[in-house]
Amino acid sequence: MSQPQATGQNPGHDAAFHARRRRQLVLAASIAAVVAVLPFGVRDVYLQNILVLTLMYAALSQSWNILGGYCGQISLGHAIYFGLGAYVATILYTRYGILPWFGMLVGGGMAAALALALGYPFFRLKGHYFSIATIVVAEAALLLVLNWDWAGGALGIQIPAGKDSWASLQFGRDKLPYIWFALGLACVTWYATWLIEDSRWGYWWRAVKDNPEAAESLGVVVFRSKMAAAAISAFFTAIGGSFYAMFVSYIDPDSVMSFHFSLLMALPAVLGGIGTLWGPALGAAVLIPLTELTRSYAGGSGSCIDLIIYGVLIMVIALARPEGLVSLLRRAPARPAATPVPGAAA
Amino acid sequence: MTAQTLLQILASGLLMGLIYALIAAGLSLIFGLMDVVNFAHGEFLMLAMYITFGLVLFVAIDPVLLTPVIAASMFVVGATAYLGVVRYAMRVKANVGMVQIFATFGLAIAIRGLAQFFFTPDFRSIPNTWLGGRTVEIGGVFLPLPQLWGAAISVAAFVGLWLLIGRTDFGRALEATREDAGAVALVGIDKNRVFTLGWGLGAGLVGLAGAVMAIFYYIHPDVGGPFALIAYVTVALGGFGSIFGALAAGIIVGLVEALSTTFMPPALKALGIYAVYMAVVLVRPRGLFGNL
Repeated sequence: MSQPQATGQNPGHDAAFHARRRRQLVLAASIAAVVAVLPFGVRDVYLQNILVLTLMYAALSQSWNILGGYCGQISLGHAIYFGLGAYVATILYTRYGILPWFGMLVGGGMAAALALALGYPFFRLKGHYFSIATIVVAEAALLLVLNWDWAGGALGIQIPAGKDSWASLQFGRDKLPYIWFALGLACVTWYATWLIEDSRWGYWWRAVKDNPEAAESLGVVVFRSKMAAAAISAFFTAIGGSFYAMFVSYIDPDSVMSFHFSLLMALPAVLGGIGTLWGPALGAAVLIPLTELTRSYAGGSGSCIDLIIYGVLIMVIALARPEGLVSLLRRAPARPAATPVPGAAA
Repeated sequence: MTAQTLLQILASGLLMGLIYALIAAGLSLIFGLMDVVNFAHGEFLMLAMYITFGLVLFVAIDPVLLTPVIAASMFVVGATAYLGVVRYAMRVKANVGMVQIFATFGLAIAIRGLAQFFFTPDFRSIPNTWLGGRTVEIGGVFLPLPQLWGAAISVAAFVGLWLLIGRTDFGRALEATREDAGAVALVGIDKNRVFTLGWGLGAGLVGLAGAVMAIFYYIHPDVGGPFALIAYVTVALGGFGSIFGALAAGIIVGLVEALSTTFMPPALKALGIYAVYMAVVLVRPRGLFGNL
């Protein structure tokens, strides 16, 4: 009786697979390089602002995608981590003079800890029960912060205008540094996702997403997998929140912790392709400019055409492209007959 | 606190709880039937309130008498939402859950935009109704008439729902479709038709709630949000798909809210509901009566 061959049997780890992963890296680096010099050509402040938001949402949605897309745990309460990052960095900077570079790491660490503390009870919940629990805990946190005077209450916190500096991430008029910072964040979260795709955690998460019972029976530690995904996802989401606070220089509970934010983090991933490497970035690149442009061209003078267009658009894309926009770019899969059967030539 | 005050708190909580249960009933019905969480549920409530407002304005008949008309209009809205949007979300091959969430969420945003467009974001209320602002005193406990009317409608709706599901052919078709939507075709049940009627019924139930709430609550395009959140919590607390669970959980939510308003600052009253929900769902991950 012949033993199944141990090597060369995994189609995921052949030379073509690694070549494809290298091409992805090269492509990402090229796109990043183009985006980095883009603002020199596009001088318009309004367009530069859209670019910052697009890059930020690409980063946020990539973070959300780690838990929601790869691990399949649909969180609709990520605003709690975003808000935590925004508040921790802002309070540390305005009250104690601690630079946001350090503050955002503190916020990220606290968000990861919070994700673990919440995950411990929540990951027993399945499907819609999990999603609704995440909404509820984020809403509860929003209520608490709204009524917490030390943290600014409903009025929020203003970051005083200072000299332009990279140390405090404050730039009065100049959008360029923010573009580069958001680009860096988008690149880091993309790279994290790229690493995840071919890591043990990545395979475990996808197994947990597809069939937790089967995964468990094959030795995947389901609970700890979910916890790891939640912590990583929350960490990056909070960094995004800290960045947003520095970018807009003013935060209040409704502007950084509302349910709307939780949806806005999930939406680009869903539209671009949930659980895919390029989905969130592609989704953000389409959705955010579209949102901002409809808002400015159709949203003037209190009319609500922008909301209507936005809502219809979400519906149409979700229904027409359930696999996300990345499915438009993907080459048609090779027909089964064309795939060489392993060992057939031997 | 005197026994009288406690009785008053419990009575107001019970009335509001029955209205919450009525709002949640349609959500739970639709979920039980086809595993879809309708993220436009709050917007359905808002729409029902505006329909009430508009009808009262144009025909000058009291909202109490218009209740059946409003429920019927919302039945049409629900059936249209299914035929126009949700039907397609059921057919997709990939990411079914996410597509359903975002298709209904997109619908919600579009409805809210339409409401702002047609009615402006102003707060409205219906003046001079039969019940508005009146109370009745029973044994020293004051009960506001609009809420009392709402509670009565809610009880009637749950009895009707129970009879409909248990005693009619449509109810049996509903139960059969929820058990196995594929197999019912073999016995001649058109699944699409049952889903359409189910959505109509679900929206009709929230239409009843909207017809009552328009009497005692301000009407504006964003009014649905907080009530939708309470409805999701109610449905998760009672157990997704369980009609009786929605009723029991609605009453619990109403009572908890009334009690927290007494013991906590008013701004934090929702925290009591969230805390009870968390406690229950952590002990029973599928809610009180969920069997999924």
